[in-house]
Amino acid sequence: MSLTKTERTIIVSMWAKISTQADTIGTETLERPFLSHPQTKTYFPHFDLHPGSAQLRAHGSKVVAAVGDAVKSIDDIGGALSKLSELHAYILRVDPVNFKLLSHCLLVTLAARFPADFTAEAHAAWDKFLSVVSSVLTEKYR
Amino acid sequence: MGHFTEEDKATITSLWGKVNVEDAGGETLGRLLVVYPWTQRFFDSFGNLSSASAIMGNPKVKAHGKKVLTSLGDAIKHLDDLKGTFAQLSELHCDKLHVDPENFKLLGNVLVTVLAIHFSKEFTPEVQASWQKMVTAVASALSSRYH
Repeated sequence: MSLTKTERTIIVSMWAKISTQADTIGTETLERPFLSHPQTKTYFPHFDLHPGSAQLRAHGSKVVAAVGDAVKSIDDIGGALSKLSELHAYILRVDPVNFKLLSHCLLVTLAARFPADFTAEAHAAWDKFLSVVSSVLTEKYR
Repeated sequence: MGHFTEEDKATITSLWGKVNVEDAGGETLGRLLVVYPWTQRFFDSFGNLSSASAIMGNPKVKAHGKKVLTSLGDAIKHLDDLKGTFAQLSELHCDKLHVDPENFKLLGNVLVTVLAIHFSKEFTPEVQASWQKMVTAVASALSSRYH
């Protein structure tokens, strides 16, 4: 599965807007699965997960920054996320089902914050893009 | 199976009260067909589904989307007995429509996304959590009579 030119254009242009709210988007993107899919918290026993937690904010920023890296290298997401892919495969070992949950919650965050931009076409492009990112992050699992 | 707290029920019911079922239905079904094009397999009789704009403007998509969400709206009045409420529809989806229950999960998440677009800031993580419970429970109820 690879992104069409149109899809890449949609992602890249929306990212310009998204990056202006990167930090708050990051925090919200993590809060959502923790509430909607509480099992995702099992990967963070060492975190203070209360709203406003500095750890949550820092980690959210990390996640959004990584998505940004993928956007900036949208023609070679595998290359851009290679190290992260190894991290997830050998150290973090997050069960692959969770990438779908986090992707969905990132989509919901974007939809809520950029309703006018989140057309059906944009929705499809983002769902596909995050699916590619998730594949890259799990491709070294076995 | 997810258990709805009184707060969940209040959240779900109050948000639903503000939803235009016709618009949201068309949006939700349309987006399902756009974002997950393989779901078009169930709708060969719907005519032009050749592009995102064709799908979103298709009158059959809008009408069917309204039907689906109207049914969901009825179910919201019976949150404590979704299995009973959807028993017949479950049999229909299995025996006549032959719909893989995976599609119920896809539709549920598309609905959540449509609600996020519509309600924006109001669609907080807490509100989403109640609605995820809702769509999960509906998906489960709709697949409960499969055999």
